[in-house]
Amino acid sequence: MLPSPVSDSHLPTTDHPKRRCTVAVTGLNAIDSPGPGVAVIRALREAAEFELRVIGLSYEALEPGIYLHDLVDKTYQLPYPSAGTQVLLERLREIHEREGLDVIIPNFDAELPNFARLVPRLEALGIRTFLPTLGQLEARDKLNLRAFGEEHGLLVPRQRPLHRADELAAAAEQLGYPLVVKGKFYDATVAHTLEQARQAFHQLSAKWGLPVIAQEFVPGHEINVAALGDGQGGTLSAVPMRKLYITDKGKAWAGITLEDETLLQLARRFVQGTRWRGGCELELMRAADGRLYVLEINPRFPAWIYLTAAAGQNQPAALLRLALGLPVEPWTTYAVGRMFIRYAWDLITDNHEFHQISALGEL
Amino acid sequence: MKLRKNIATSETGFIFNPATGDSFAANGLATEILQLLKQDRSPADIKTHLLNRYDVEPRQLEKDWDDLVAQLRDFQLLD
Amino acid sequence: MKQRYERPLIRKLNAGPLNKFGSRSEAQAVTHVDGAAVEDLLAEFGSPLFVLSEKQLRRNYQQAVRAFRTRYPRVQFAWSYKTNYLNAVCRVFHQEGAWAEVVSGFEYQKALLNGVPGPQILFNGPGKSRAELQLAAENDSVIHLDHFDELYELLGLAEGLARRPRVAVRVNLDAGVYPQWDRFGFNLENGQAWNAISRIVASGRLELVGLHCHIGTFMLSTKPYGVAAQKLADLAWSCLTQLNTPIQYLDLGGGFPSTNTLKGAYLPGTDTAPSLDEFAEVIADTLHRAGFRPEELPLLILEAGRVLVDDAGYLLGTVLATKRLADGRRATILDFGVNLLFTSFWYDHRISPAGEFSHHTEDTVLFGPMCMNIDQLRESVNLPLLNRGDQVVVHKVGAYNMTQWMQFISLRPAIVLLDAQGRPHRIRQAETVEYLQQLEEVPGHLLPAAVAPTRPATAE
Repeated sequence: MLPSPVSDSHLPTTDHPKRRCTVAVTGLNAIDSPGPGVAVIRALREAAEFELRVIGLSYEALEPGIYLHDLVDKTYQLPYPSAGTQVLLERLREIHEREGLDVIIPNFDAELPNFARLVPRLEALGIRTFLPTLGQLEARDKLNLRAFGEEHGLLVPRQRPLHRADELAAAAEQLGYPLVVKGKFYDATVAHTLEQARQAFHQLSAKWGLPVIAQEFVPGHEINVAALGDGQGGTLSAVPMRKLYITDKGKAWAGITLEDETLLQLARRFVQGTRWRGGCELELMRAADGRLYVLEINPRFPAWIYLTAAAGQNQPAALLRLALGLPVEPWTTYAVGRMFIRYAWDLITDNHEFHQISALGEL
Repeated sequence: MKLRKNIATSETGFIFNPATGDSFAANGLATEILQLLKQDRSPADIKTHLLNRYDVEPRQLEKDWDDLVAQLRDFQLLD
Repeated sequence: MKQRYERPLIRKLNAGPLNKFGSRSEAQAVTHVDGAAVEDLLAEFGSPLFVLSEKQLRRNYQQAVRAFRTRYPRVQFAWSYKTNYLNAVCRVFHQEGAWAEVVSGFEYQKALLNGVPGPQILFNGPGKSRAELQLAAENDSVIHLDHFDELYELLGLAEGLARRPRVAVRVNLDAGVYPQWDRFGFNLENGQAWNAISRIVASGRLELVGLHCHIGTFMLSTKPYGVAAQKLADLAWSCLTQLNTPIQYLDLGGGFPSTNTLKGAYLPGTDTAPSLDEFAEVIADTLHRAGFRPEELPLLILEAGRVLVDDAGYLLGTVLATKRLADGRRATILDFGVNLLFTSFWYDHRISPAGEFSHHTEDTVLFGPMCMNIDQLRESVNLPLLNRGDQVVVHKVGAYNMTQWMQFISLRPAIVLLDAQGRPHRIRQAETVEYLQQLEEVPGHLLPAAVAPTRPATAE
């Protein structure tokens, strides 16, 4: 059940003085397998009600967002997520003392557990977030997704965790060929024979550890939905997109917004079932018989999130309002047939900027 | 021992090798040594200077010097 | 006045993509342990040196008891001897109220020597001899049966005893843990455990007092404990209703993690290890719902080891050398290796310099002093620019190292306990050549006094 609108505007674009706000954003790696940060910032910059100062938070010196000075006012390096919450908190406190952060929007899968753990401590510093809880992150984890689907009436391909390569034969018998063999965190291979599956098992376990996941292959076409949950079970926005062209890394190079009520219903069911808080992306497969399978649920905005703004539902701007405790009304319409076509652009800079960010950790 | 002519060093410790495109960051002592090498001071001269200036045993400096030189060579920063 | 020296460092600026781990910087200096200066401790007791904090041991124990007792009325901890059986450590826990949980005749003897009353010793493990079983039975300790051979041995032995030996049945069960620990005890799901219990009760020669399971080690999820508690409670319920045998205690074992970081883990243990409160919540909640009347609730026994002692232990040591490897990596050689720090095979131990350094750091491999290729403590760690003679502190080494350490290539160092005031007490001397020689015997024909080796005449 969605809350009823109390005003007819979603994101006010009035003549009131603009709200000043300092937002820190991660995921500036707009490379061939891009992080969502740059797209999030682009969307935020279009929210007319804010006068933003955008602080980039980066992990590597060559994340393109660091050098996009029209979008990012200043960038600081963060310690790797693997360093844990204590080190991260110290760094954020240091940055906060200099910049007075109002909101942080993390966009990188591996860092989300750390930020979720730090929410109360960040709040104590006066830094707001609007993030899924650790429990929500856990529930949609690859390994738990099937059980989660059963609980909430979502169709998830059958899967089995594998701890040993010799469990593959039994898994293949149950799930059939072709068989999808997936790494614990990332990567997936479609295997057509036991030999291929074994090879994939060894590669994926070496790279990402155990267990490896064997999943039923569902043929069809891929659809993604970017959604925003209010944390109470309400879906404030859901925009479905069909990938038109997929790179060899499986990323959408171009996509188009769709009109399909079943996709929106599915997103709402997910958000309601988890009381999802913040942005997320549902990776779906529409099978030949029309059934929709949930392949994965990403606990953050996708890299194509700017398309939601272009289609009339600026999810990052709405998330910023939520983080600030401002009301957000659910959207009901978006522009169908809006397309994005990703392009590569060679940004030119001088090596002193690269020196600066790599050696001093800020630019 | 000579630093390559076109190596760019800054006082803040950045080193850029235009021949390879590699960039480096140096700590205080490495920066100081590179500056002195650029002034064509001899290794013996530089080491004496450092021993006078820093609280370090000659054998420690000798060992660290050799290690630094090996690294400079490895990074193709020496002629 | 000469300036402070820091060796020259040149670091190539990395233009690579985000890697899986990056390097964890552990540059923060740790100069004191419980108020005692690392430098002073090493000067007095030699390097390397294990240090245990009594304050931390007691704090850990009290917190553990509080975590369970605030949630469940009847709780008893039994100190897991194998985790650290230094007498001083055991006695701290016994003073705090812990029973003893032992897994060998040797540990059993230690518990007796530490003054633990027989009835407060739980005798676990798959390897008890007939004589050990007899001793335990005579002392009225509880024998945790591991297999049918042991059960039959004890049944035979019980015939000649005045008092019925008290026993518990070690059960292994599917708690959703991988790998399932099915090598200890009797399997629940295939009926083995029930078979053993029925035989014990039917024999009339043994007194069944407890049920025990231990589902794994370094468990990072609380859920399996709920499953295990439920299954044990159901089994206890069956004992009561079908065999008219009330079960006095349920022993949920241990396996609770410390905050060390497992090798290959993405996030540090300080963020991912559930607290004892979380484990206690799941276990107590399950037992409260299991259908026992409040006055019938069985005693809950816990055999926590690692979580009580790991973070109370430190290993102090000294840098022997630094060198550069063929591939350009920095290597640091310390005066302790895997011979002393056995747990470095499965943890990335946190290691800190014991002195102040500048903010410059470098990635280094940490090697021990063994002339053995496997003697590597950390594959890569980001540390300040250490030199020969600099001192370091390894954290959270209290569990297993002081029992699994090896006398290999070199001698084992001293161990010190810092009391509540931070005063050091040596609790184990450093080994000496004489100490080790005591046990060796040389056959007479190898003992011609002070002759130089000669070739046998037949070879001429």
